[in-house]
Amino acid sequence: MNASRRNMPFHPLKTPLRFVAAALLSLGVAAPALSQDEPIKVGILHSLSGTMAISESTLKDTVEMLIEQQNEQGGLLGRELEAVVVDPASDWPLFAERARELLAQEEVDVIFGNWTSVSRKSVLPVVEELNGLLFYPVQYEGEESSENVFYTGAAPNQQAIPAVNYLHDEVGVERWVLAGTDYVYPRTTNRILETYLKEELGVADEDILINYTPFGHSDWQNIVAEIKRFGSEGKKTAVVSTVNGDANVPFYRELGNQGIDAADIPVVAFSVGEQELSGIDTGPLVGHLAAWNYFMSVDTDANYDFIDAWIEHTGDEEAVTNDPMEAHYIGFNMWAEAVRKAGTTDVDAVKEAIIGVTVPNLSGGYAAMLPNHHITKPVMIGEIQDNGQFVVVWETPSTVAGDEWSDFLPGSRDLIADWRKPMECGNYNVREGRCMGSDAEAQAEEALAGN
Amino acid sequence: MRIPDAFKLPVMTRIVTLTLLCLLACLPAVGAAQNDRGHALLEGLVSRSFNDKADAIEAILQSEDERANDWLQALLDGNLQRLKEDGRFVVVVGNSGREWPVRDALSGEALGEISRRDLDRITINNALRGQLRSALSLVELYAGDERSRLAAAEGIIGEVDGELAAALESRLEEEESDKVRHRLSQALAVHRLERGEADAVETLAGSLNSNVRVALTRAAQSDDPALADAARRALADIQQTLKLNRVAETLYFGLSMGSVLVLAAIGLAITFGVMGVINMAHGELMMLGAYTTWAMQQLLPGQPGLALLLSIPAGFLVAALVGIAIERGVIQFLKGRPLETLLATFGISLILQQLVRTVISPLNRSVVTPEWMSGSVAINDALSLTLNRLYVMGFALLVFAALILIMRRTRLGLEVRAVTQNRAMARAMGIRATRVDILTFALGSGVAGLAGVALSQLTNVGPNLGQSYIIDSFMVVVFGGVGNLWGTLVAGLSLGVINQVLEPWAGAVLAKIMVLVFIILFIQKRPRGLFPQKGRAAEG
Repeated sequence: MNASRRNMPFHPLKTPLRFVAAALLSLGVAAPALSQDEPIKVGILHSLSGTMAISESTLKDTVEMLIEQQNEQGGLLGRELEAVVVDPASDWPLFAERARELLAQEEVDVIFGNWTSVSRKSVLPVVEELNGLLFYPVQYEGEESSENVFYTGAAPNQQAIPAVNYLHDEVGVERWVLAGTDYVYPRTTNRILETYLKEELGVADEDILINYTPFGHSDWQNIVAEIKRFGSEGKKTAVVSTVNGDANVPFYRELGNQGIDAADIPVVAFSVGEQELSGIDTGPLVGHLAAWNYFMSVDTDANYDFIDAWIEHTGDEEAVTNDPMEAHYIGFNMWAEAVRKAGTTDVDAVKEAIIGVTVPNLSGGYAAMLPNHHITKPVMIGEIQDNGQFVVVWETPSTVAGDEWSDFLPGSRDLIADWRKPMECGNYNVREGRCMGSDAEAQAEEALAGN
Repeated sequence: MRIPDAFKLPVMTRIVTLTLLCLLACLPAVGAAQNDRGHALLEGLVSRSFNDKADAIEAILQSEDERANDWLQALLDGNLQRLKEDGRFVVVVGNSGREWPVRDALSGEALGEISRRDLDRITINNALRGQLRSALSLVELYAGDERSRLAAAEGIIGEVDGELAAALESRLEEEESDKVRHRLSQALAVHRLERGEADAVETLAGSLNSNVRVALTRAAQSDDPALADAARRALADIQQTLKLNRVAETLYFGLSMGSVLVLAAIGLAITFGVMGVINMAHGELMMLGAYTTWAMQQLLPGQPGLALLLSIPAGFLVAALVGIAIERGVIQFLKGRPLETLLATFGISLILQQLVRTVISPLNRSVVTPEWMSGSVAINDALSLTLNRLYVMGFALLVFAALILIMRRTRLGLEVRAVTQNRAMARAMGIRATRVDILTFALGSGVAGLAGVALSQLTNVGPNLGQSYIIDSFMVVVFGGVGNLWGTLVAGLSLGVINQVLEPWAGAVLAKIMVLVFIILFIQKRPRGLFPQKGRAAEG
């Protein structure tokens, strides 16, 4: 561990050198004339090629649009913003390399990026080691809170659990199919949901059917037929789908062709948004559900302005907006607000300033950054319409605070994250009263350095 | 005051005149009153709570207003909206773009185009949609054509209550169609069964409808031994039929998956199997075929069916031309060096993918499925075959038959076989081997294009379409026996069936792995596949 640390080329803030660095930084702040000419660099780490390009390339455009808008308003702290775009090409290890490039070579002040959980896990050690800032805009499985990452997408309690509650309370669902793509997000989410269904809602074992399919699965005949059989036993059945990416298109097509109507067996999806629906004829899907924190159809002026700006930016009249785009919108504004509050783009100062920052979201409410680096979000259930849009049929009365450590998994039940001083811990065990940390040795070292 | 002449008029005429006068004078008043009432009825739909909305729909149904059906239909379609400005109710006539043409919901008068910002849609959820559908379908049951009457009758099985039962009894008397009568009597029998009448079981015996099954299952647990016994026997029969249905269904799934595999692999069976070229860009040729379908549909908006038919020759041509370019540009220089061919064509596949990404878009394109290809044909209540896959199956067999004919019956086929068996000898006989190479590769590539056209109806049309099929295609060709078209057919279909048989109890991921392991073991035992080539051809 120590040896590898010594080999790291750029590591000022985690060693006793941080005093020197801090001194240098304060010099920098004291000489604003110097920094005024330099633009603030915003790194964008989204795949522009490979499988994830379908989802991530629009997020790159979103951040670029936000930067443009900010510059039109005179930039930040009187400095221009400049986008630094890299392409990690849907290749998970390459994400780490590109993140290192952004932080070490380009010396960006903040990164907006990632989509899949596996790519985030790959970037995580790099951002922590080089003390960067990462805004992650996608709904994810939770069970993580890093000092350097801000999770502007939904945690499971901001999407999955409310969706299940809606189906149980409002629709009267008694049998559950948990269908997902075979990787970490669906597996963790389904584990949480299974525990929740059994323990909180008292669902019997035989009333839960769990099914995993590979990435890009295209032959859904058998699974859809099985769902149909499972749902024809007289109890109201629903499918909770964590099927990811474009495998959804053949899935929904098969549902439509086999005549599964939303009124009989509704499918509630956590990864299907306006973007995914723009690839299919939504006629047969009307009434199926999705749970998100934002829909393009949300009826507020802020949202209409955002959509108009987006259409203008892309030059495509049919361009759609979606939930992760709103997450970037919120994340970007929070970061800008925190920079204004701190008066500097220095990572440590921004990290401290951003907790508690509140900015408007696009659905007429406000999002606040919580001490656990997650944000407050309203949860909405939308039904698919024939024009590829969603109509909100249910909404939480107020915003829900993101809970990083699920209460429905053993082992994470007792953990909380709080990055405020003095706790500054991403996995504090309330029962044992101590911070678990990932590496006790590093913790001890930091404690020493802190003294 | 002079007494008007009116008094002299006969009484009848006076009444008529009065009525007419009243009509003239009162018409706007009555209209306004009616509109007020209509507005009040619709007002009930404006609520955040879906329960209130359900009550409002009930009130509209009870009101017997003649516009009720129009309103409910518009509500069901999401077209009943409200002007933000003055709260007037309008029906949206077309909802594309940002300005929507609307008409007044009460008077029916057209109001021109209105920005979607100024409209509030009255939202409904699944429960309301169900309520609306059943309300509208009851109307259908009386007024619709035979098809919609049948659908309506099917829809109410298991939903009948006492009030409805009486209405249905009388409807049953009047109904002319046997099919609809059959459904109606089933719906009534389920209702009777729920009330504990054992003789209802007889009507329901052999029905595969899931609501009937649920009702029978419930009856089988009842306290009345006669009823429970009858229901149990009926259920056992039904379960038996269902089992047979499941076997048929799995077979259909397997064959349909298999025919996709055959389609994807058959082009490769020519380029790899017959010519011996390892073409890793085969999948991308399929992708080009799929994009041709998309482009065709863009060229012919509103006619997805025609566009699809035209894309069959177009997809073949595009892929064949690209195939020729690949053969001339790269493969001809790498003859006899399989490893380099593999690497070079893999490079080409990446280039083609990225080209599509940059030129068209990294996003998937939406290919419309024509009306006649969506949905399914119902064999019975439990078994229905999806139409798009049925068409793809037929298409795969057609392509296969055409290829067999070309290879067996045409001069090109003869020359191809000659060149692949003994190149030097074929050339000595005057066959232009280079030309044959080009044509063969073009044929194989064109067939890949055809596969792409078919796949556009089953899966995503995006830059990655080819990648997901290339491994499967090689697997099928190797399993079937390199160089043997029949082998490819048998291998593709049997792998499809094996996969679908395994899937229900092993899961999709494991089923795929098991099939791979099976093939590896099989190749260990029979390295030349199911139908190895014999004789001299085998040595080449």
